[in-house]
Amino acid sequence: MSEIPQGLRYSKSHEWIDDDAGTVTIGITDHAQELLGDIVFVELPEVGQQLDLDGECGVVESVKAASDIYAPLAGEIVEVNEALMDSPEQVNDAPYEAWIFKMRLKNPADLDQLLDAAGYASLAEAE
Amino acid sequence: MSQQPEHLQKTALNEAHRRAGAKMVDFSGWEMPLHYGSQVDEHHAVRQKAGMFDVSHMVVSYLVGVDSTRYLSGLLANDVARLEDPGKALYSCMLNGQGGVIDDLIVYWMGGDRYRIVTNAATRVNDMAWMQRQLSGFSAVLTEKPGVAMVAVQGPNARAAVLGWLSDASREIVESLDRFFAADVEEGFIARTGYTGEDGFEVMVPQYEVEGFWQTMVDAGVEPCGLGARDTLRLEAGMMLYGADMTEETTPLESGLSWTVALEPEQREFVGSEALFRQKIDGVPRKLVGLLLDGRGVMRSHQKLFVADREVGEVTSGGFSPTLKRTIALARIQADVEGDCEVEIRGKRTPVAIGRPLFVRNGKAV
Repeated sequence: MSEIPQGLRYSKSHEWIDDDAGTVTIGITDHAQELLGDIVFVELPEVGQQLDLDGECGVVESVKAASDIYAPLAGEIVEVNEALMDSPEQVNDAPYEAWIFKMRLKNPADLDQLLDAAGYASLAEAE
Repeated sequence: MSQQPEHLQKTALNEAHRRAGAKMVDFSGWEMPLHYGSQVDEHHAVRQKAGMFDVSHMVVSYLVGVDSTRYLSGLLANDVARLEDPGKALYSCMLNGQGGVIDDLIVYWMGGDRYRIVTNAATRVNDMAWMQRQLSGFSAVLTEKPGVAMVAVQGPNARAAVLGWLSDASREIVESLDRFFAADVEEGFIARTGYTGEDGFEVMVPQYEVEGFWQTMVDAGVEPCGLGARDTLRLEAGMMLYGADMTEETTPLESGLSWTVALEPEQREFVGSEALFRQKIDGVPRKLVGLLLDGRGVMRSHQKLFVADREVGEVTSGGFSPTLKRTIALARIQADVEGDCEVEIRGKRTPVAIGRPLFVRNGKAV
């Protein structure tokens, strides 16, 4: 069973979201990295990029397949984790530390649309 | 995660794989390990130390009879007359009348009129039907050997690990095996062959003994490896995969396998030889090449290749090379294309260098 920490929020597209007063840090879940297998490239969004909900904002490429990353919330990219360019395997090794990007939310109330740990656990289980 | 369907066949090592935490997948009707955690780590283990693969799903057949050499001479594109010493292995394609590849295989000459043949799991039924049909009129018997398990132990430390498991008498025999030779010893059938570009052995033992062998190898520091690493290792080594790099629709000459086709002596006729001679005279229309991409992204099979607006071929096998840390591929392209072309990855075309279909041998980039 994959790890799903309490205190984070989750999207149906397998991202974790850590909110800090309207600026969120986003990565992919342990379940997602398990499904993908070894990750070999991460393509990051650009700082300053404005994103709508579900907007394409990167690619995680594994030995198995390329998967688009979608913005789980609307907002502006304020920081990206450039360390992943050289060592994408961090996403496999520590998915909840290897964040991919940070964004400032357009509407912090959107956070209520996301799943909590229990909600995500039942989603992951059903797959 | 969903359960694997019940009907999948299992090898004698199935329980051992599950205990080791393998992710099991359906491979041609067999439940086989894809990886035991990280296929990239497993890949590195084979290049740098030693790894092993359960390949018990492959098909081992015994051929015996006064006509067995004559039969194989007509069946295979490579020439069994090249097997001058007992124990020697020969890699060959088995062709249909149009020169298309029915399967690739390894045949070992065991002396006299005895041979052993190892063929692919995915083509088992078709292969056996074809080989039996071709036997008509020959005085020889071909039987699939039941009850055999096969493990490929590969990497710079693989030989030492396997030699350490053998009795003194067997060790002396196996230690002296040259590359591409095999021997029967009391423990089983041991061949210095493989599918990774590294030194090592393929070991055939009775199914009831294979768990003990597997555990002995684990204790000797040999890393269990799955199909994922097996594929990236063979891709780096430029070894063709049946069903991807060659099929019934392609000849060995279009598949980077001319070196396995013995067109001389010309008087030797084999199934497909006429088609190959014709193709040689008319000009082989396509060739198998290696692609190496400097940028990010991963080449994968069926991606299309272009020179300007002309589509010139497609990727037959692609992936991420853990040794080179970039993407490599085998591709079939039109024979006149040289130098560079473009590969279309997820709707975007990127220039890619065309080279030899060989990237890594014995742990080193080539």
